[in-house]
Amino acid sequence: MSLLARPHYPDYSTAPVQHQFYPYADNGGSVVAIAGDDFVVIGADTRLSAGFSIYTRNQNKLFPLAKTTVLGCSGCWCDTLTLTRILKSRMQMYAQEHNKTMSTTACAQMLSTMLYYKRFFPYSISNVLVGLDNEATTLSGTAKRRFTKLGGSAGALLQPLLDNQIGQKNMEIVSKEPLSQEKALKILKDVFISAAERDIYTGDSVFINIITKDGIQEDKFELRKD
Amino acid sequence: MLVLCPEVPTPGFSFENCKRNALLENKGFTVPKATKTGTTIVGIIYKDGVILGADTRATEDTTVADKNCEKIHYLAPNICCGAGTAADTEMTTQMIASQLELHKLYTNRVCRVATANQLLKQYLFRYQGHIGAALILGGVDVDGPHLYQIYPHGSSDHLPFITMGSGSLAAMSVFESGWKPNLDEEAGVLLVRNAIAAGVFNDLGSGSNIDVCIIRKGSTDYRRTYDEANKKGIRQASYRYPRGTTRVLSTKIVDVEEVSVQRIEPERMDTA
Repeated sequence: MSLLARPHYPDYSTAPVQHQFYPYADNGGSVVAIAGDDFVVIGADTRLSAGFSIYTRNQNKLFPLAKTTVLGCSGCWCDTLTLTRILKSRMQMYAQEHNKTMSTTACAQMLSTMLYYKRFFPYSISNVLVGLDNEATTLSGTAKRRFTKLGGSAGALLQPLLDNQIGQKNMEIVSKEPLSQEKALKILKDVFISAAERDIYTGDSVFINIITKDGIQEDKFELRKD
Repeated sequence: MLVLCPEVPTPGFSFENCKRNALLENKGFTVPKATKTGTTIVGIIYKDGVILGADTRATEDTTVADKNCEKIHYLAPNICCGAGTAADTEMTTQMIASQLELHKLYTNRVCRVATANQLLKQYLFRYQGHIGAALILGGVDVDGPHLYQIYPHGSSDHLPFITMGSGSLAAMSVFESGWKPNLDEEAGVLLVRNAIAAGVFNDLGSGSNIDVCIIRKGSTDYRRTYDEANKKGIRQASYRYPRGTTRVLSTKIVDVEEVSVQRIEPERMDTA
């Protein structure tokens, strides 16, 4: 640069300035779900945060949609509130029109269509929909049946552990016995303990829903608070 | 290169990549941004000296990089330093510590805190804030206890109580409500602990344990992990794998035919 070149002072520039509005917020949180033969467990941490601060330590991120269907949400909290509100009203409209509650599979399909409807201005949420269907259990992320699923800020941190422990990946000796509800619950809690260690947006406590054919049972588990 | 006259490496920072990086940026290469690290560091003056405190979490974006790192650094026997950006503060304090030691040997006196402050701020100002060291400097000298707050650009303040880092607002609220002149040591350490704990619990960039350093006239007491503010959760299940879980990809057996052992008698040391 030549010595005679004028220095650039952004405050005195007359060039047009483009201002931006960013409509999304990341409020963190993690959701983990594990399905067995006749049950599903789903857990979500209860910390709601933004940037380096905590909004609340006690926010339930699990939304029971029907007797055996639960949706877990993490990401942009205002999008979560809107999506779940619309979902609930759509569920009610379905019930009044058809005289029955929606099945989990139907819920998953509807959620998928509702999300795709907003393809070019999407809801910034990781959704995990779990529940029982008429044969056995269903877990759906992006409307794809799976047996373990997780979403949220610690997702990438935890998927390998679940792949190994539940999916029995990368192992030579594989146990044949089906996953018990107790084991699934233990792994779910351990996974959150590990996430709270390394992810700053996961912590405080976990809210757990255990879904069986008898309905939804609730559980809570404390995590570290820092 | 001559054996008798080896090349002496040039001291200080190397700027040889600056031109290249500027060129790459001009051509549209996105330069990696420096990681923002959260922290809570505090310091107070009490009846007999100063107390410094720090959390022990080091973050890399939203993941915790180190769960138990040290943020209180040594400068001189009577001076310690709490710190911000990891690499810059570490290297800066190391260099100033060696300068202070030389200064002490040259003058035959215990270093003053004001001297350390002057050395640090002149060094930081020279680099115009590019050295991201945000420091709380505390110590006791012939004038009594001193506490300085030093910013990366080289400005400094001389104050009775200081907080710095992303958790500084949470920690300052504790000091503003609880600090008074001439606190005794027990009350002072508790106040520092509570200030750091406020940062640990309310700021996501700070966490894990609490380190405290007490500097009195003639003695320094560094209490590493003074308080474990957060206990790690207890594992519910066992994660032991049975033998043979890992796949063996290939096996190669080599016969060892002859093994000879040669014993060497130890020689006596030449003490003549």
